[in-house]
Amino acid sequence: MERSVEKLLTRAQGQGIAAAMRDWQLRHDDTAQSIADLDARMSEALQVMRESVEKGLDPELHSVSRLTGGNAYKLMKAMEDGATAGGPLLGRICARALAVAECNAAMGRIVAAPTAGACGILPAALLTLQEEYKLRDEKLIDALYVAGAFGLIIANRASISGAEGGCQAECGTAAAMTAAAIVFLRGGTPQQSADACSFALMNLMGLVCDPVRGLVEVPCVFRNVGAVSVALSAADMALAGIACPLPCDEVIDAMRQVGDALPAALRETGEGGCAACPSACGRKKD
Amino acid sequence: MKLFDIIGPVMIGPSSSHTAGAARIGRITRQLLGEEVRHAVISFHGSFAKTYAGHGADRAVIGGLLDLHVDDARLRTSKKLAAARGMTYEIATVQLREAHPNTVIVEATGVSGKQIKVEAASVGGGSVRVQYLNGMEVGFSGDRTTLVIQHRDVPGAIAKVSRLLAASKTNIATMRVFREEAGGRAVMALELDSVPEAAHIEALRNIPGFDSVTLLRGV
Repeated sequence: MERSVEKLLTRAQGQGIAAAMRDWQLRHDDTAQSIADLDARMSEALQVMRESVEKGLDPELHSVSRLTGGNAYKLMKAMEDGATAGGPLLGRICARALAVAECNAAMGRIVAAPTAGACGILPAALLTLQEEYKLRDEKLIDALYVAGAFGLIIANRASISGAEGGCQAECGTAAAMTAAAIVFLRGGTPQQSADACSFALMNLMGLVCDPVRGLVEVPCVFRNVGAVSVALSAADMALAGIACPLPCDEVIDAMRQVGDALPAALRETGEGGCAACPSACGRKKD
Repeated sequence: MKLFDIIGPVMIGPSSSHTAGAARIGRITRQLLGEEVRHAVISFHGSFAKTYAGHGADRAVIGGLLDLHVDDARLRTSKKLAAARGMTYEIATVQLREAHPNTVIVEATGVSGKQIKVEAASVGGGSVRVQYLNGMEVGFSGDRTTLVIQHRDVPGAIAKVSRLLAASKTNIATMRVFREEAGGRAVMALELDSVPEAAHIEALRNIPGFDSVTLLRGV
């Protein structure tokens, strides 16, 4: 089940993905004695996510390099002032994704989900949906298991490392996990979560990892915003009953093959993509 | 990979390899030294050398040397904490041959004057590999409970260790031994499947010729 969405869906029949994932983890984690132990750890992760959103919205926040910081505050304020185009729900989700990513860049405390570079996507969606639809923390903790189940399969079948598979493996995986979790929070079926996972991966397939000056800042923090928008739209398609024409496992395998085909310059070496822009290298523009 | 490698770890940003991994290397060094650090020379190689300031890898290693965990918010201000605790440090860059791109050499001197030199790499996702201890190859990750013994190379040393671990019903997962020369300084690094009883660790410490016995757990 940790390597196949198809098997996960079989295991989830009658009990849901969160319960299937709890069972799996309990059997594979010698530090946890009970489901209560697992839930306590998940609850702590949720609390750290909440704190990282708060910290990231500080207008005075900045990273060590001062390349990023304070942008989440700007986005939230612009949305509240009615100056943005995307509306309040998407606006809050995007501002919070940026907040957590900028909190990370500023050496704040975050939950890697699945990595530090992609840490803004899942908390932004979960916490904003909680606010919008008045969800209890228990429901969000279940959603973290759903997200974790898909992330685990992607990690085992493909990769969650930018150096191995490009940004599609980091922000792409985070978006896929988040899309599956959003479907769960809105009452969708496990199959619809799988479809949402596929749609998100399809939309971010091929995304390269090209950090300017090798730092987890540009374009990373801004990509967290794009990725969470993809997660929301992917979940909406699945919730509308649009079935993905390709099985989720095959889409994950395709993502791995694209990652393998990416040249080294586009896999976290800081040599290609945005990192190779003249302004990123300290050279003057022509 | 397990669930909490996907939803987690909880850590101080910005990078699992350049920040969390760097902090773990500092903390492993502190634990191998076995006492508070008075002075440290931290030499970064490769990608670490180019980006340590932006990723806070220097602050992370210093924080680790002060025994801070990867999710301790004080990693960010570890240089101030070092000053408050009277720990001094030098940051340098080096070019090593055939080393992992994220390698750091930490030379630490403890409050008693004891010295240690650790060469370790941050290999991704917060995982690390300690390559050399005092110039001797050890090659352990610190992910499992790990027993590190610095001793004199004498016949029967390995047998004494394995006998005490067997008495503790502790299974050895991996084991590496290395020595400088016959009868000289030697080191053993054993990754274990469970935690040995405290009395057995104490018995190891009392074996003549065993200079240092460190049990690394949850670093």
